[in-house]
Amino acid sequence: MAVVEPVHDAHHDDHHGHGEFIAHHFESAEQQYDSGKLGIWVFLVTEVLFFSGLFVAYTLWRSHHPEVFQQAHVFLDKVLGGINTVVLLFSSLTMAWGVRAAQLGQNKTVANMTLITMVCAAMFLGIKAVEYSHKWDIGLKPARDYTYSGLHAEATYPLAVAMGISDWLVILSIIPALLLAVFVGMAVFLRLTSKPVLSQLFVGLAITVGGYFLGAVGGQVYMKAMDGGGEHAAQAPVVLHASSLERQDGPAVEPESGQDPAAGGHENADSQTTAQQAADHGPGHDDAAHDDHAHAADAHAGDSHAAHSNDPHMPDPDKLSRDVRIFFSIYYCMTGLHAFHILGGIAFLSWIYYRSLENHWRPDYFGPVDYVGLYWHLVDLIWIYLFPMLYLID
Amino acid sequence: MTTAELRRELFGHADKNYLNHSRGFLSWALTLDHKRIGIMYLVGVTVALLLAGVFALILRTHLWYADSGMLSDATYNKMFTLHGAIMVFSFIIPSVPAALGNFVLPMMLGAKDVAFPRLNLASFYLWIFGTAFLLLALVTGSLDTGWTFYTPYSIETQTSVVYATFGAFILGFSSIFTGINFLVTVNTMRPAGMGWFQMPLFIWALYSTAIIQILATPVLGITLLLLMAERILGVGIFNPELGGDPVLFQHFFWFYSHPAVYIMILPAMGVISELIAVYSQKKIFGYSFIAFSSVAIAILGFLVWGHHMFTSGQSMVVNLIFSAITFSVAIPSAVKVFNWLSTLYKGSILLSTPMCYALSFIFLFGIGGLTGLFLGALSTDIHLHDTYFVVAHFHFVMVGGTLTALLGGVFHWWPKMFGRMYNDLLGRIGCFLVFTGFNLTFFPQFVMGARGMPRRYASYDPEFVIFHQWSTIGAFVLGLGIVLSVFTLIYAALYGRKVTGNPFNGASLEWQSSSPPSFHNFEHQVHMHDPYDFGDLVFDEQLDSWVHREFMEPDKRPAPVPSVH
Repeated sequence: MAVVEPVHDAHHDDHHGHGEFIAHHFESAEQQYDSGKLGIWVFLVTEVLFFSGLFVAYTLWRSHHPEVFQQAHVFLDKVLGGINTVVLLFSSLTMAWGVRAAQLGQNKTVANMTLITMVCAAMFLGIKAVEYSHKWDIGLKPARDYTYSGLHAEATYPLAVAMGISDWLVILSIIPALLLAVFVGMAVFLRLTSKPVLSQLFVGLAITVGGYFLGAVGGQVYMKAMDGGGEHAAQAPVVLHASSLERQDGPAVEPESGQDPAAGGHENADSQTTAQQAADHGPGHDDAAHDDHAHAADAHAGDSHAAHSNDPHMPDPDKLSRDVRIFFSIYYCMTGLHAFHILGGIAFLSWIYYRSLENHWRPDYFGPVDYVGLYWHLVDLIWIYLFPMLYLID
Repeated sequence: MTTAELRRELFGHADKNYLNHSRGFLSWALTLDHKRIGIMYLVGVTVALLLAGVFALILRTHLWYADSGMLSDATYNKMFTLHGAIMVFSFIIPSVPAALGNFVLPMMLGAKDVAFPRLNLASFYLWIFGTAFLLLALVTGSLDTGWTFYTPYSIETQTSVVYATFGAFILGFSSIFTGINFLVTVNTMRPAGMGWFQMPLFIWALYSTAIIQILATPVLGITLLLLMAERILGVGIFNPELGGDPVLFQHFFWFYSHPAVYIMILPAMGVISELIAVYSQKKIFGYSFIAFSSVAIAILGFLVWGHHMFTSGQSMVVNLIFSAITFSVAIPSAVKVFNWLSTLYKGSILLSTPMCYALSFIFLFGIGGLTGLFLGALSTDIHLHDTYFVVAHFHFVMVGGTLTALLGGVFHWWPKMFGRMYNDLLGRIGCFLVFTGFNLTFFPQFVMGARGMPRRYASYDPEFVIFHQWSTIGAFVLGLGIVLSVFTLIYAALYGRKVTGNPFNGASLEWQSSSPPSFHNFEHQVHMHDPYDFGDLVFDEQLDSWVHREFMEPDKRPAPVPSVH
């Protein structure tokens, strides 16, 4: 790939001539642009089909087990999800702006807009990391490891304890932290070795990783605020949708659902056993679940240790269908695959960012910005579907 | 003008071509030239074919006696699984499109390369990595699920499902990249004067294949990804123990894998359309019918996946619908066979090696296709499901169809690839051995399948011994035929008689280049021409090649390609 010296007015500079970025097998810039455009659209079709399997799985599960979705969506934080939606929509705006700037040959604007887009992408991941770590904390893991009991796992890592966050958030942040160190180091090193453009690229990447921490810290502050406010606001567990409970559990569990709020701690400790038993029993139907409830009631008296950080927002695990775990499998598969696409997007965007710093874009050559823009819009669009499908169930 | 000058104008310097354009390992490993990538793919898929073929011979040897005990049951399971997985994912799917298609498609369009050469190279490396993961599975506990990875067994088994699945996942992306490349190339890089209905039929077939690769393969991707998530994370979507639905896996899997059958057979049909026309020296009969039948097969192929699941407990209404649509696939397939036979009628048939393969194809594909109707019919399928009848049926289509067409195509374009002629007698003997060995292997399997011999069994009832022994003998004859063909081709590439541009009187554009082609494919502007009009080519003794009549007149000779940079 030919590299142009940074010139401020690239599109007026005839010295570099036409055809600099036209591959030898194309006859004209138009043919090259059209090929790329068709190629990226076809690629987006494959992306849609790639996600389609998960959408089909979602649809099947939702139609076969609507109660599971009713019960489980309360675990997803609409505010964090909503903030993420706004972040991604804003990044789509900056992306589109960048494409327009590339068409006009304004490389500086392209660079800035790309950088903002990258920061938004990383911020999205930061907020997602808070959401994930909170769920893993309370045992809402994919089906096999699902251990929800209404209890928080206690932080054990010194760093996590010191910062008042969960172990999982520390684990998720290790790679971004390492990347931040590497990128800052590279930026300084390249500055010292007089490679300003590459140095600028790494500054941009470091800022992008900063976006992750911005999202993670912001999300964590919000979670803490909600926890603190919650203790004063509501003492009783959030009551699940009554009709869904009846459909799932039937009258047999009525006595339990009407238990004394004062015994809340005990109840939660017991239901850990319940969840455990349900998991151990493996395949089981509603009848089997009823047996488990009975066992849990027997064990109730002998079990005395109280919940240490009982969250009043958390639904009573006893009242959740055992199939609720599949909701979380689907949730992690869909949002996880989407998160990988965000990561890919950041990689593509940093390539665009670098080429903008190199002043590659001209009115007759801006295809790559356009293609990456289309990809980015698709990734946003998928989230626009995921958000209501998973968070806004009611 | 002397002959030497004319030769240089039409075919360039005889000693300067894509093979010796640059030298060294890296000049191949990092090449963006579609011709070199095609050759590398050809070598790769041949290695995969021979490896999985050896597995097949070991399996057949084991089955010589009803209870031979040569392999343990577990080893037998692993061996037929890897035979299937490597053959399907590493050999058949990339064979015709990625190997032959890569070499021929841009040249048939008169183009210098495919639209995205880097993507093309990436596709080849993904093929390498994917195949490497399949082989990694082989050495890390192997795989015993069958190539279909059915849940819930694939979740429970202790063998290395994750490596194998990841390999197939990567190979899927390799296939998608090839598909995107071909689709865009055909759409945007056809030369002026070549409309959709002036394209060679091989291009139509590759185009239809690309559509399937693009629309079906991503679904395989997500399916295999979910299977990996199932084993690594325990997501439970396909796992009944966690409340999941194992039949959903079958739906997802066959939503890809049935269209994938057409990824295997459509390009092969395209090859046959070319061979039949060239070696009959007759305009192809019913051009637009053949072209549209490719598209029709591509579309119908998406609507029949449920016929793999007639016994899975899906509803009778669904079974009926899938059965009916399955029958409708027979129509476009029969249209093709009809048109090929009509092209042969009153043609001046030359029974050289590629034509022998083409005729074998029609015969074997005919049997393979018609026995598919037995399996598409609900009542007979209940009896034949999971028997050797199914095994024989899909081998008739995949081996009798695709492998035969691949060999025919390779013989046809071999002189174009390496500029040297093969020994036609050896080639025809190879074809005879392949044809005979193949029928001997798989025809008895129809019979024992219909009599109730289940597939995938390591030992069997003594009444089937005679069929299994015929089948085993046939397998070795088939193997011998393939080895002889490979030998004939390699010998030809090294020591064969040199040929120039167009030794077979082919009328499509790739024959206007020299053999082997130069780095940029064509020395002169391509002369737009009906790919199936053989009448206006003449054989020039001194050039040792068929050339267009007009080229012999100085003022009608095509202009040279403007030099690049």
